[in-house]
Amino acid sequence: MSADRNPLRILHLYPKEMNIYGDWGNVLTILKRAGWHGLETELVEHHPGKPFPKDIDMVIGGGGQDSGQSLVQDDLVAIGEELHKLADDNVPMLVICGLYQMFGRFFKTVDGVTIPGIGIFALETHGGPKRLIGNIVTQSPFGDLVGYENHSGLTTLDESQPALGRIIKGDGNNGEDKTEGAIYKCVFGTYLHGSLLPKNPSLADALIEAAAIRRYGIFEPQIIDDHFAREARTIAKRRPR
Amino acid sequence: MLHPKHTRTIGKTLKKVLARRGGGSALPGLVVEKLDPAFLQRTLSQLPKGVVVVSGTNGKTTTTKMIVQLLRASGLTVFTNPTGSNFTRGIAASLIDAIDEEGNLQADVAVLELDEAHAVHFVRQVKPRYSLILNVLRDQLDRFGEIDHTAKLLATVVDATSHGIVLNREDPLVRELADHVNKHKELQYFGLSRELTTLFPSDQNMRSQHNLDAIPVPHPHRNDVILETVEGQQATFAWGTKSQPPIELKVDGVYNMFNAAAALTLVRMVCGDEVESSVLLQELTQVRPAFGRGEAVDIDGDPLEIVLVKNPSGFRLALASYAERPAEVMIAINDNYADGRDMSWLWDVEFDSLRSTSTAAGVAMVSGIRGYDMALRLQYDDVTVSQVETSIPEALAKFLRRTKGIRRIYCTYTAMLVIRRELAKNYTVEAIE
Repeated sequence: MSADRNPLRILHLYPKEMNIYGDWGNVLTILKRAGWHGLETELVEHHPGKPFPKDIDMVIGGGGQDSGQSLVQDDLVAIGEELHKLADDNVPMLVICGLYQMFGRFFKTVDGVTIPGIGIFALETHGGPKRLIGNIVTQSPFGDLVGYENHSGLTTLDESQPALGRIIKGDGNNGEDKTEGAIYKCVFGTYLHGSLLPKNPSLADALIEAAAIRRYGIFEPQIIDDHFAREARTIAKRRPR
Repeated sequence: MLHPKHTRTIGKTLKKVLARRGGGSALPGLVVEKLDPAFLQRTLSQLPKGVVVVSGTNGKTTTTKMIVQLLRASGLTVFTNPTGSNFTRGIAASLIDAIDEEGNLQADVAVLELDEAHAVHFVRQVKPRYSLILNVLRDQLDRFGEIDHTAKLLATVVDATSHGIVLNREDPLVRELADHVNKHKELQYFGLSRELTTLFPSDQNMRSQHNLDAIPVPHPHRNDVILETVEGQQATFAWGTKSQPPIELKVDGVYNMFNAAAALTLVRMVCGDEVESSVLLQELTQVRPAFGRGEAVDIDGDPLEIVLVKNPSGFRLALASYAERPAEVMIAINDNYADGRDMSWLWDVEFDSLRSTSTAAGVAMVSGIRGYDMALRLQYDDVTVSQVETSIPEALAKFLRRTKGIRRIYCTYTAMLVIRRELAKNYTVEAIE
């Protein structure tokens, strides 16, 4: 193992403005599972207008209401370059719903207002006429992902932009093309709340593994009792939309 | 238009026919609404003290119950809608029973509990004289969309109110509704002393390490009601800054005492100086909890408390309220339509207070359709779960068999209905009002 013994610095983006539908559960899951895998972590927050923290090993951000989104949009553009650097440097990131949209090129609201994104993902989002709401299941490189979607934005991926998952049940990016979410290097964007990570531990562990390998050059996973998660996943897949 | 007499006759006849076939129905109300669209407006607009609308996410049932009792103690005749019928056709259905043959409602005032969406529908037909807005919290967002949207619905209610509005001073989204109150209308707040505000984290500030509640809180007016102190069942209220003598309440939990402050503010607004403070406070001590809001069932000499939880803030407050009274705990979480399908909300509640200690042993039983989601949530807060059994009847039987002493069940709405039905087979469970 390398000499680096510093804890993994987990950055929670906009915990006040962009944190809805249990997105905190994703942060909690990373902190807990990293601990169960024998890794130390340190939770760092970034708030609008504040300097972007240094030495970040993972970035997690959630969804928000329209009001929350407008509070962070300027700041996100301001820290966009930092986030691009981290993404290209293989820092794992998970962005849900609102922040997923803003990691694309832009969000155009139903009123025709264009909110610029930071373009880590090659995608664009347009406000839609209705909310896409309900239980959702997708097929992904991390196994089936189960969650709950609740959004009105319709996201279209460029042809060059890989999706995170393919829809088994639900609407996903736009309710049309069966895609859900997006992947760039180790950056995952998705509409899945639920919370996402607790019921999808393989994705949580993939994020932790990527951060550990990048920081320490090694990841030694421990066996975690995921019995409750397995049962919860099985039931979630059977529930009505 | 139909003559009012006929509306009543048709409604009553339908009710009789349907009752013979068994079970209640909103159909009579629906038919009345179709045949006589002005029925609701005409009947309710005759009331000398008008209509009071109680809305918001949490605490409507308990607060409405308190307001009705306090107004009755003040000498008024009150019409109210039964719990669960809080949409216009449900109100129409219960009005059919309450009006006389001439179509008149023999009441001084109507107090109606309405959820946010139904309140908007209602105020389009009937302008309330008073409205009370309790809170805007995450509740079944898969139905209403977003919190901001809910706040907009409530703004419509405030706009439609003709005389007086009572707002929650501690909820930033409700406080902002003051912008919708023009100077011709009366505005009062109910609030908390600074010491108590920490018990009520808002959805916005619960996660961040920063303290964000920077929006200025208005200084108390003498007609505002502030909940100053809570010790066990004892609470002290203040009219503005003027403390009243402490009283002993039958309802449990700080959130219910905060609801009492809301009820007091509204009743003092409606009655003005016509009623003595001591009469209101005395009556408040007599209010019993509404079903599922801290009611206790006697299980062979041991109390079993049933606590309804339906959103993160409600669950947080319930846990905080009971933290100092250890009990054997069961949690039952369903995701039927009435509960809300989204399980995300469980991750916005902290369950540390249920961890094993010298006096309590974690959670004895987790149940419901989404019992495993709940167990998973508890795992991530290091709370020991002794057993998961998704079938509620089986889980309840085992829970009662394996535990003794004080028991407490936190449950979602449809889980509570199953629990009450099961308990009623062997124990005395009060009928749902």
